[in-house]
Amino acid sequence: MRRLLAAVALTIWALVGAAPAFAVQPGEMLADPALEKRARTISAELRCLVCQNQSIDDSDAPLAGDLRRLVRERLKAHDTDQQVLDYIVARYGEFVLLKPRFEVSTLLLWLTPVLVLLAGLGLIIRAAKPAGPSASEPLTDKEKAELSEILGVKDR
Amino acid sequence: MIVELGHFALILALLVAVVQVVVPAFGAHVRDERMMRVAEPAAISQLLLIAMAFFALMHAYVTSDFSVLNVAENSHSTKPLMYKMAGVWGNHEGSMLLWVLILALFGAAVALFGNNLPPTLKARVLSVQASIAVAFLLFSLLTSNPFVRLDPAPPDGNGLNPILQDPALAFHPPFLYTGYVGFSIAFSFAIAALIEGRIDAAWARWVRPWTLAAWMFLTIGISMGSWWAYYELGWGGWWFWDPVENASFMPWLAGTALLHSALVMEKREALKIWTVLLAILTFSLSLMGTFIVRSGVLTSVHSFAVDPARGVFILAILVFFTGGGLALFALRAKDIQPGGLFQPISREGSLVLNNLLLVTAAATVLVGTLYPMALEGLTGEKISVGPPFFNMTFGPLMIPLLIALPFGPLLAWKRGDLLGAMQRLAFAFLAALVTVVAVYAVEHRGPWLAPFGIALGVYVMAGAIIEWANRVKLGSAGRDEVVRRATNLPRSAYGTLFAHFGVGMLMVGIVATSAYREEHILAMKPGDKVMVDGYQVTFTKVERGRGPNYTEDIADFNVKRDGETVATLQPAKRLYDAPPQPTTEAGIHAAWRGDLYVVIGDAQPGGGYAVRAYFNPLVRFIWLGALFMFFGGGISLSDRRLRVGAPARTRAAIPVPAE
Repeated sequence: MRRLLAAVALTIWALVGAAPAFAVQPGEMLADPALEKRARTISAELRCLVCQNQSIDDSDAPLAGDLRRLVRERLKAHDTDQQVLDYIVARYGEFVLLKPRFEVSTLLLWLTPVLVLLAGLGLIIRAAKPAGPSASEPLTDKEKAELSEILGVKDR
Repeated sequence: MIVELGHFALILALLVAVVQVVVPAFGAHVRDERMMRVAEPAAISQLLLIAMAFFALMHAYVTSDFSVLNVAENSHSTKPLMYKMAGVWGNHEGSMLLWVLILALFGAAVALFGNNLPPTLKARVLSVQASIAVAFLLFSLLTSNPFVRLDPAPPDGNGLNPILQDPALAFHPPFLYTGYVGFSIAFSFAIAALIEGRIDAAWARWVRPWTLAAWMFLTIGISMGSWWAYYELGWGGWWFWDPVENASFMPWLAGTALLHSALVMEKREALKIWTVLLAILTFSLSLMGTFIVRSGVLTSVHSFAVDPARGVFILAILVFFTGGGLALFALRAKDIQPGGLFQPISREGSLVLNNLLLVTAAATVLVGTLYPMALEGLTGEKISVGPPFFNMTFGPLMIPLLIALPFGPLLAWKRGDLLGAMQRLAFAFLAALVTVVAVYAVEHRGPWLAPFGIALGVYVMAGAIIEWANRVKLGSAGRDEVVRRATNLPRSAYGTLFAHFGVGMLMVGIVATSAYREEHILAMKPGDKVMVDGYQVTFTKVERGRGPNYTEDIADFNVKRDGETVATLQPAKRLYDAPPQPTTEAGIHAAWRGDLYVVIGDAQPGGGYAVRAYFNPLVRFIWLGALFMFFGGGISLSDRRLRVGAPARTRAAIPVPAE
């Protein structure tokens, strides 16, 4: 039974998530190209709530269509982009944002690249320290052998 | 009967793998040559047994044996033969079987071609490799057995998801798996070396070809998936930062770093500790990817909790190998002798920078992919992490990487001359500058940064050529001398040339198509015209057609440029019979300057059809770039010093140091 459920779940996922999208319908578009462009940009940042990792701009699920129309209605009502996003978030929750806000709960998410980069730099500097400037360090025998080997071949 | 034989072979493979874990490892411990030698026949018979199981399942698919649950759930009698075969790995159970098959393939390859390995190292590598096989064979047999029978057998199967019925996607999983399962060899070498307690340049030389081969397949596997998404999903996107994509991209990033750090280790015996750690991490990311894709955690944290058997099993495997690997590393790393010293401005230094940025990028993708699941699991709070997040964090990490890339090969080992490298790159800077001006002159729309992005790609391409030109003394030596040098240059140098050139092409393609794509969404009736980037696209008709297992509405678009017909595009909307699911087939007119991409949608209320027409400039460069990287890897792999099985001590024959 569990297997069957899993199979059904997988099929539904495949149907909803990966179905070919047609997304924005000609009838939905705003007449004003500048406004429509803003609508598209905002749509790309909003998640289609019933889909697997698709923005409402990419999805042809009915709910995504509703949200696209909602975004356009708010824009026509002279909302700023931020106001539109706030409006949608107030209704559908933070989950709808594909780019999470910088908050306490997303701190680690946003800071990961910086932290890893800094930690890596720290490690590199620490590892490099004992080495110090080694400009005048003599060649080891092995290096000398390698060098003559390379030079020998070049001279040939 | 054949199905039962397959099932039996899989169980036997598990037993052989257990022997392969225990006997060679013990043999290596007590220095018993006969026990160590058990590894080789064990690895080969393990491969043969898993191959038997695999082909038994394939036989069930090809003959449409619906008394096998897996076949009934995922195949259909009317499916074309190619997709019946590919259907084997188009589902969870079968794809895990492919996973262990490739794992065994790499193990057997080491057994067959690893003649130059010290016997204890070889025994230990194969033992570790078999321990991974034991874990995944157990997983397959206990939780994901593809050979379960169904009684009574249904008259026909459920069919394969139609969007998966496509040549590029059918062969995308084997490439992808060869890639990320291939990194298991690097892992096994790392663990074996830690157990041996001896790691030197020779170790890197043994590991590098395997890593390179896995990396090549992963590169081509990922790009095939991306190409498929581009033409099949119907809106011209080629990368979605989907968790499934990220699952294969993380090991690719780490593997790319590993290739470069292994280079430093091979040439200079530096970065030994780091390279071993990276080998462990790379395969851990492969396991993480398997966990993300195969545990059900993706669909939702809850579905994972409802049916935990598989998820917990893979999680246990992940924890065991990653945790065990890292613990062993922590215990033994201090015994590793640090190797050659170098100045910050040197070839080594540039490769350290490469590793720092690639690993940070991999960590960013990892955290971005797992964060929503972890947060929901811990606090119940639901957030989404999607493309805008990744573009914002991943993008900036790639810029310094690409700027630094051409410098690397131009700097000398130990201590490099930055100013000299810059002088030699003058032509690349110039090419970049010209590109910026040219792009601004041609395109007035798009983000202001876009021309710089394209220029960065051109600069990387130019840098790759300059490095080669420098080595053959193009322009400063006579023609004969240049030809002589060009023929004597090690193949690995050509590998670098191609791979780095490919990176530049990829960058150009990505930026151009993201920034300057033209899009038209409109309702069209037969006879309507639309201008798309200089193409006059006329909608002529829609017809009903019938394929082997689908019906379709095929539209006809006439494409003219400067008054002459250049193409007829036939985008279609298909409805498959089993399962009844719609798909779109895009009509694409591909050219060097970009693709004209037309998709047809639903009939509109006011008559006519919804039509999307795009022009995707230079989009080809994305996959062409990936192909260049793939071939670069191949050329490098054919270098005799790297060739799998080539004697290790042939250094006297090296005229110029590689890379």
